[in-house]
Amino acid sequence: MTAVMENRTEVKRVVFPRVLLSEWTKFRTLRSSWITLGLSLVLLGGLGAIAAFTYSPGGAEVTDGPPGIAGRPLDAVSLALMGLSFASMVVGVLGVLLSAGEYSTGMIRSTLAAVPKRLPVLWAKTLVAFAVVSAVATLGAFAAFLIGTAGLDGEAVARSLGDDGVVRSLAGAGAYLGLTAVFGVALGTLLRSPAGAIASLVGILLLVPGLAMLLPESWYDALNPYLPSNAGGAAYALTQAPDGLAPGEGLAVYAAWVALALAGAAVRLKRADS
Amino acid sequence: MIEARELTKRYGDKTVVDRLSFTVKPGEVTGFLGPNGAGKSTTMRMVLGLDGPTSGTVTVNGRAYGRHAAPLHEIGALLEAKSVHPGRSALGHLTALAQTHGIGRRRVEEVIELAGLQSVARKRVGAFSLGRGQRLGIAAALLGDPEVVMLDEPVNGLDPEGVLWIRNLLARLAAEGRAVLLSSHLMSETAQVADHLIVIGQGRLLADTSVADLVAASLGGVSVAADEAGRLGALLAGPDVTVTSTEGGRLQVTGLSAREVGRVAAEHGIALHELTPTGVSLEEAFMELTRDELEYQSAPVTGRTAR
Repeated sequence: MTAVMENRTEVKRVVFPRVLLSEWTKFRTLRSSWITLGLSLVLLGGLGAIAAFTYSPGGAEVTDGPPGIAGRPLDAVSLALMGLSFASMVVGVLGVLLSAGEYSTGMIRSTLAAVPKRLPVLWAKTLVAFAVVSAVATLGAFAAFLIGTAGLDGEAVARSLGDDGVVRSLAGAGAYLGLTAVFGVALGTLLRSPAGAIASLVGILLLVPGLAMLLPESWYDALNPYLPSNAGGAAYALTQAPDGLAPGEGLAVYAAWVALALAGAAVRLKRADS
Repeated sequence: MIEARELTKRYGDKTVVDRLSFTVKPGEVTGFLGPNGAGKSTTMRMVLGLDGPTSGTVTVNGRAYGRHAAPLHEIGALLEAKSVHPGRSALGHLTALAQTHGIGRRRVEEVIELAGLQSVARKRVGAFSLGRGQRLGIAAALLGDPEVVMLDEPVNGLDPEGVLWIRNLLARLAAEGRAVLLSSHLMSETAQVADHLIVIGQGRLLADTSVADLVAASLGGVSVAADEAGRLGALLAGPDVTVTSTEGGRLQVTGLSAREVGRVAAEHGIALHELTPTGVSLEEAFMELTRDELEYQSAPVTGRTAR
């Protein structure tokens, strides 16, 4: 017994900063993290720039494309964020891989053996996903806008960073994507299957707004602004839609949806066998 | 030390672990034996708090696993199913686990070396052979220099050199005063390294015994037929020896080998007609023990073809 004691490495408690560092290491040591992150940056910057350079006035007055993007007044910001919907799927997948990827590979057993309190793992994954993705996405949104500025030179819709609401919208896009990555982490923890979690995320963000149109009109009008992707959309819109939420409200409502998913994830993580 | 008390796990109406009580003591290698599906892996998952027991308790060094502030220093485990992300390198995997406990880079390198993984430490784990995967699992188990080491089927997929490495490692860990629990479905394999055996079948405890006792019991005895059976019996009698006479000048001796009985007879000029060991092998003893508990019993091959 004494031999064991003498040889022992110094014992340090498992505390949150250590779990956070561990989750950051897990994030950076997987190739898929960098691939999805890089892809989201390319989609944001690339599609935004293309939209700006191919813009010609006198065409449609509103944007075309998936929910969150479609039907918005064409302006410098909505053009710059043309790739946002696709980027949101990619960062959502990144979040799902961080959590559900542990279940599909068996890594979760090692993780929970090291952190038997379990919940710190979920909070650490949440923080890592939000911090990294919102930083990279904000960068991508600003890059798309600045590149696009050259393409829109002289057009009526052109705006500069100093104009009202531009910085706020671009930062809102970064926050929206950061929260979407967390949404992925939460759904992945809740469903434990990468395929199931990705399908759910696509369903919630892209299909639910379409399905909501089947509701009676009065319900639809009341609920529509609060649907996850519509609320999130308000956070990065340059101009508030007449029936939409204010940017701050929109971000808060979207965050509440994400928090709801996280709460479900926390309950399952804490209670269920793994 | 691991202590299980009335540990029970049910999934629906199927009882996988059934009121199991046992103790894994420091300084010994305890073999955890049972046929596939006996509940060994489920029991080990409950030790680590990955699965919650339906009833009963299991503690590691006196506390439930989840109540330890730094569990990797209490018990290190290798679970049967792979518990590693294949996209990460061995170094990345061990570093991430080490960081939860503030374990430094030097210890990570130490266990990589101990497991003989230096040359592949930066390669993706997905490309590892089964044997290398097992070595990585063992490196992870030893990361916290734990007082208890629990390995589920560690020799699976290892080459003969790897098997020898595991045996020596386990013996060394026990000699250092650690409690070692080692599961297997092979009796002969386990008897070579274990001091103590816990045998389960269909989740129930079948035997909790030292290897020496089991060996003695399974040796059975020696059947002897001799001219002067009565005199031989008296000569053989001793503290750990039982001699029973059966019909026609036969003796059934336990506690002595056939060689020892033959030598005594020769020394005293007693002619033997027959000298037969009647014992069974360890593997047979194990089969006997678990016969009624096998979940899927194979039908005898003979008899069916004869018909």
